[in-house]
Amino acid sequence: MNMDSGTLVEWVLGSDAGFWWRLAGVATAWALPITLWVSLVGLISIWLERKISAHIQCRLGPMEVGPHGALQTIADGVKLLAKEDLIPEGADRMLFALAPILAFAGTFVSFAVIPFGPDLIISDLDTGLYFLAAIGSLEAIGVIAAGWASNNKWALFGSVRAATQVVSYEIPLGLAFVTVAAVAGTLSMTEMVEQQSGMFWNWYMFRNPFMPIAFILYYIASLAECKRAPFDLPEAESELVSGFHTEYSGMRFAIFFLAEYAAMYVVSALAVVLFLGGWYTGIAPLDQALSASPLWGNVVGALVIITKSFVLIFVQMWLRWTLPRIRLDQMMHLCLKVMVPIGMFVLVLAALWQALLPYEGAVANHKPLFPAVGSIAGLAIFVLLTVGAWIWVRNTIRATTSFKSANYRI
Amino acid sequence: MSSEATSTAALAPGGADLRTEEMLLNMGPQHPATHGVLRVMVRTDGEMVLDCEPHVGYLHRCFEKHCENVTTLQAVLYTDRLDYLTAMGNNWGFCMAVEKLYGPELVIPERAQYIRVICQELNRIASHLLAIGTYGMDVGAITPFLYCFREREKILTIFEHICGQRLNYNYIRPGGVAYDVDDAMLALIGDFCSYFLPKIDEYDDLLSGNDIFVKRTANVGVLSAKLAIDYGCTGPVLRGSGVPRDLRKDKPYGIYERFEFDVPVGSGEHGTVGDCFDRYMVRVREMRESTRIVRQALKSIPGGEIRSAKIKAKIRPPKGEAFTRIENSRGDLGFYVVSDGKEVLYRVKCRAPSFHNISVLPEISRGSMLADLIAIIGSLDIVLGEVDR
Repeated sequence: MNMDSGTLVEWVLGSDAGFWWRLAGVATAWALPITLWVSLVGLISIWLERKISAHIQCRLGPMEVGPHGALQTIADGVKLLAKEDLIPEGADRMLFALAPILAFAGTFVSFAVIPFGPDLIISDLDTGLYFLAAIGSLEAIGVIAAGWASNNKWALFGSVRAATQVVSYEIPLGLAFVTVAAVAGTLSMTEMVEQQSGMFWNWYMFRNPFMPIAFILYYIASLAECKRAPFDLPEAESELVSGFHTEYSGMRFAIFFLAEYAAMYVVSALAVVLFLGGWYTGIAPLDQALSASPLWGNVVGALVIITKSFVLIFVQMWLRWTLPRIRLDQMMHLCLKVMVPIGMFVLVLAALWQALLPYEGAVANHKPLFPAVGSIAGLAIFVLLTVGAWIWVRNTIRATTSFKSANYRI
Repeated sequence: MSSEATSTAALAPGGADLRTEEMLLNMGPQHPATHGVLRVMVRTDGEMVLDCEPHVGYLHRCFEKHCENVTTLQAVLYTDRLDYLTAMGNNWGFCMAVEKLYGPELVIPERAQYIRVICQELNRIASHLLAIGTYGMDVGAITPFLYCFREREKILTIFEHICGQRLNYNYIRPGGVAYDVDDAMLALIGDFCSYFLPKIDEYDDLLSGNDIFVKRTANVGVLSAKLAIDYGCTGPVLRGSGVPRDLRKDKPYGIYERFEFDVPVGSGEHGTVGDCFDRYMVRVREMRESTRIVRQALKSIPGGEIRSAKIKAKIRPPKGEAFTRIENSRGDLGFYVVSDGKEVLYRVKCRAPSFHNISVLPEISRGSMLADLIAIIGSLDIVLGEVDR
């Protein structure tokens, strides 16, 4: 890392500063920009969600505050700040106050290992992926605590559902992680991205015929992780009023809200790092031209990774405003009985493929201009899956038209 | 809670092991999915609904007593507030009962009959649009709701042009209708029909054909034909159970016998006959049928009077009693009126379909999941203004 915060802190505090001072200094140096970034991601994605949902639904969405309502979220934030801090009678006051912070902390800490560019990563842990998988579950604890502390039956339902959901989606999610780790041979985020340099078929997603399936598994599980439709069971507006945050208002609610949108970014950025080439555009000459200087490479890298992440966030929103919510037992069935076996097979087969046909692109400085056998197969499987899904959806729709049976003569 | 409530053995094949502590859950009257001020007391075991009991009456406002204290013409206005999503049908049902008091010598002008049919069928479409849209929302799909409202808005605008009101029309009066409909408006209605039919295909694509939606509604809340008949269910709820009963066909009132249309019934396309999906699909198909009827009516609507000269401005129904039923969008809407020859009716009794439809809720929701309960309430498509009266 050439952006070593240690030197910066030393420069400010002097080299003889005590351990705790240095710790506080390093934390501030990194926590501050990340706090800003999380808030910015929240602002942008909340605005995006409102505009995207509005345009999907033939509406305009917010238009009054700022150009095309871009500042509406800030206005809402101010409103939430000014609201009364309401704690219901009979609630577990300490847990009630702690829950949003717990939920937010899990997402917030994840940003420590999510890279923005070749050098733009707070802590390039050797166990980055493992750390993320571990810390990502913390959010669920906050959610469960919120529902439990609220002393409200609907909130309790929401939190129990959240607990059920965690034990269901974490396994396929973990299997997808392990599949990537088996192919990558590392858990470090930056190393994984480095291995995906070159043309787009070097991305892990197309590395071998099983990786597209692993990506789909990861994406579905990640939807469940950030409680997005069709897995928005813990909130389930029409069923559980607001689920786990029924009793939350004002800033505490805002923190839950922010955590949700930050989690959306985290899972999307992680998908980009694990499967979609990280900060590489996927076109080798372009990457070489753009990364002329390290600084420039970092700026472009951050832009690429953020753009890719927001494309995935857009897909999440698109899904949310299209699909109905699935039921609790269906969610468990899908996660535990469908995705786990598939994940197992994908893991074993991807690992076998990696052992028998090691990817030559993975060797440093050897970036073939033509895709390897694995990549061709991966691309083919990806296209097949896409076309197959399209045909399947078409057929389901055709099988269920109200126009089918009767002898209509309109 | 009723004593013969549950046989949990049917819920958990393992027997008593899976049973946990029961919880009494109060759903409503302020709840996003109860479609108004319905309150349901739910006894749950985890997510499982062991028993539920709808508590109605939060919107009770003495409809019948009101009608017995105002003149007959003023009473029409109160019928609007029954099933406020199909106010045309309510008007018509009440007016038909009053007209029956006059006996067979009262002839409603042809043009008024056609206008009544057109308005009623358009209103049925508007009502079903809302039912389908909110049903999508109940199972978590919010977007179809907005699409349905876009179309419903067009119908309401048509009604606004016809009678000045968007929801409580007070348009169909004893002896005819309040105002005439000009040709430009009829053309507009025709345009709406052509615009609307492709939109139903879009709903099919977005909601009916959605695999998650099908999985959420098929085999959920199965209402057998016998149970439906026992509980007096009518309308799409009964037809969803596979009983082809539609008053427009079986006991045609107005001029319905002149039109060609089918009665869609549930066939268990994706599950069992009488599940939530069937009830939903019946409504979608009925919108097609209603469009068909409107188109036929537009083709053959004659000119002439819109109000019978026999009924004067001051309505004094002759002595006697009458009971009539019409097929409203939620089922058989019956009105029983007794007149003692005065301007004010002596007795008004309303048989509201939603009240009978909601009464079946405990029977079909036992043993389902909590999320299913929401889907079942949505599929019954109740209007609390009519349930509570």
